[in-house]
Amino acid sequence: MSERAFHSTLIEADEGCFEPERYELRSEPGFQPCEMSRRAFLQTVGVGLVVVLALGESPAADAAPRGAPQEIGAWIHIDENSRITVFTGKVEVGQGIRTSLAQAVAEELRAPMSSIELVMGDTDLTPYDMGTFGSRSTPDMGSRLQKAAAAARELLRDLAAAQWKVDRTRLVVRDGKVTDPVTGASTPIGKLTRGEKLVKTILDTVPTTPAARWTIEGTSVPRVTGHEMVTGKHRYASNIMRPGMLHGSVLRADRLNASLVNADTTAAAAMPGVTVVRDGDFIGVTAPDTTTAADAVAAIKSEWKAPPQPSSTTIYDYLKTHSAESSGWERGGARETGSVDPVFAAGKPLKATYTIAYIAHTPMEPRAAVAEWSNGKLTVWTGTQRPFGVRSELATTFQIPEEQVHVIMPDTGGGYGGKHTGEVAVEAARLAKAVGKPVKVRWTREEEFTWAYFRPAGVIDVTSVAAPDGSITAWEFHNYNSGSSGIGPPYDIPNQRIEFHPAKSPLRQGSYRALAASANHFARESHIDELAHSVKMDPLKFRLRNLKDERLLAAVNAGADHFGWDKRTPGLGYGMACGTEKGSFLSTFAEVGIEGPARRVRVHRLVTAFDCGAIVNPAELRSQIEGAAMMGLGGALFEAMRFENGKILNGRLSEYRVPRFSDMPSIEAVLIDRKDQPSAGAGETGLMLIPAAIGNAIFNATGVRLRSMPLAPKGVPA
Amino acid sequence: MAGTITLTINGSSRTVPVAPGQSLLIMLHDNLDMTGAKYGCGEGVCGACTVLMDGEVTRSCITPAEMAAGKSITTIEGLEQNGKLHPLQAAFMENGALQCGYCTSGMIMSGVALLRKTPHPTDAEIVRFMDGNVCRCGLHPHIIRAIRQVSEGGEHV
Repeated sequence: MSERAFHSTLIEADEGCFEPERYELRSEPGFQPCEMSRRAFLQTVGVGLVVVLALGESPAADAAPRGAPQEIGAWIHIDENSRITVFTGKVEVGQGIRTSLAQAVAEELRAPMSSIELVMGDTDLTPYDMGTFGSRSTPDMGSRLQKAAAAARELLRDLAAAQWKVDRTRLVVRDGKVTDPVTGASTPIGKLTRGEKLVKTILDTVPTTPAARWTIEGTSVPRVTGHEMVTGKHRYASNIMRPGMLHGSVLRADRLNASLVNADTTAAAAMPGVTVVRDGDFIGVTAPDTTTAADAVAAIKSEWKAPPQPSSTTIYDYLKTHSAESSGWERGGARETGSVDPVFAAGKPLKATYTIAYIAHTPMEPRAAVAEWSNGKLTVWTGTQRPFGVRSELATTFQIPEEQVHVIMPDTGGGYGGKHTGEVAVEAARLAKAVGKPVKVRWTREEEFTWAYFRPAGVIDVTSVAAPDGSITAWEFHNYNSGSSGIGPPYDIPNQRIEFHPAKSPLRQGSYRALAASANHFARESHIDELAHSVKMDPLKFRLRNLKDERLLAAVNAGADHFGWDKRTPGLGYGMACGTEKGSFLSTFAEVGIEGPARRVRVHRLVTAFDCGAIVNPAELRSQIEGAAMMGLGGALFEAMRFENGKILNGRLSEYRVPRFSDMPSIEAVLIDRKDQPSAGAGETGLMLIPAAIGNAIFNATGVRLRSMPLAPKGVPA
Repeated sequence: MAGTITLTINGSSRTVPVAPGQSLLIMLHDNLDMTGAKYGCGEGVCGACTVLMDGEVTRSCITPAEMAAGKSITTIEGLEQNGKLHPLQAAFMENGALQCGYCTSGMIMSGVALLRKTPHPTDAEIVRFMDGNVCRCGLHPHIIRAIRQVSEGGEHV
């Protein structure tokens, strides 16, 4: 299956020992087949050509949960005016997929970008999709839409050939028209169905245009939503207004994992325009505006009780001593190749422990939802990476069939893996149901910092041996809680023991951009640097000595050349890291300076060389790599949640430092376009090497080895 | 609603109801349905809510609505003139200076204020002026390029 496929690039020996990283916070709720939406769709859509892509033996089909309808990949509608509408369950969270998927359709249909519109993540209009995560949109949905559009193009050619009674092979589809070069006949693609609705279901086996012949894919098409973003016209979920809509706010516990002892809502209920809604421990209010709603919640007196809970200062011991069967999204697993123990017994193994703090996604737009009930049907607008998952959550909460729930996902203000859940949608829907009016709930930044979920904290123990010639002979790697994606080394090591140990997380944890891969690469690539020093080898030469993978070697060499690894200046710090994940092969090189008496780390330069197969949109790819580098600075250097006994201690943006303009290094992306390889999703992996590359550069500058992320929130210790 | 205030928004005089303690941002959102300025942090440290008040960069999420009485407010909705984008809006598009777009309104408003005060800022001046605006997608280098392009283009901002 697809999720397993990218794992198996690293864990080939015994594929299946590690569960695929599934990215959900909790297991998928029982799925109710929702064929209604397809029928409803076909009724809704007007005349023209409808191409429905049925999934055949596509490996991606397995990615859907058991019981989910798998037969529909996507559908495309071409109306009488030759407007092309693409319906996909994927969503746009800033990663640019709305643009790159449109490119795929434009390419195969030989149609202008301006004639294409994408309807995304609307549960009544688009085919079921498990969610937008794991960098699967480009490899899965991109290739499906290529096939659907290629099939549509061939159907158009058939229609024209039949109408003109000519050989189909001489017909040319270009610029939204079908043309016969012999007779000069030409007709817009929308006219070929002659005012009828023609529905064709095609299989997932259609040949598509090879990347070497792309003319629209492979180019830097500008972002299709740019105009509405720069004019402020785009309505995020938090900006949706409905007639008669009220604003909701929810009473929060004073600590995590607390239950309500008592609450006095008298004062809140007496406020003009305020309605208090109480249902067990859930207490919320509605009011005519956000300010009044917040004031009403503040006027509620409440008392809570909670068990004692661990703090951020003891978290790493806690994770190692509190094992769990599952981290919430994956179970533990281990694999062994060769035998490490005799090698460790014979030599002097290098041992080190690395730690990773919990961090918050901090999307610029906090969670928000507008809910509206009408005749028993619930409509919710919300920013989520899993609209169909949110639909399930709502159906389960309100005990109604999924057909009665319509989730609409307006392009959201940042996700980074942080918007997989539907809690705010449930809250808005509960309030809306109680007051009989549409209700918007928009979380405050403090709520987002406390009641969302975090990138998992983790502890990683590594033990290794390198022979005097620089070859790594044994490698043992134990990850506690961070997750198993990217856990296996890309190096050619004969003896390996790799294990993932899930733990009981005191904080709610879930997906994050390049989730476990960041933790595993931080530990591995830091340790590789240590190992190189232990045998007195240059870290680049040491890696080249132990790598076999041709694409990874190419990425390392391209990065080193561009960075100028051979031209390093004394007095500054230089570090590197490399790895492969989710179908991409990359290296990152860092230059740092250490400033002032506080020994503050100033990152001067980050170079990432990136091979993600055939490049769909170079400008957008560059933007993703550069953006990921900038975001990665935070987790590398200073981001960390502080907490004590169930209280988040830095749950405000003024207390939680994220990268800003003044932190910005020179960021350079070196793109390696492999037109002979399938396109991989590239929104995540640019993040994963930043911490190790910087940590290794700090060591190079100071001789101080930092093994905890964040590396230097208060400067480098003397 | 406790009362009303009268102010100028994007050139038009408006009388708007305000609730006690309401911020300028929430007034724009809830009472006027003007949602171009964004809520990001509620304490004036992310810049997503940035508007211009009498030409000055103002974090509307921590500015009481009453303080805007009699003032002239410019929001992102007021930058486009006669269907023509402001040069900085166009430069953001040309330089790919956005991904999710949620910080974009605030970034552009801050950038416009900078360019009106300092038509030819150095990179260090851009960084210093823009440091209160957060972009989580990490598009900082592109945003700086967009501001620099307008500065070098010499267009009236």
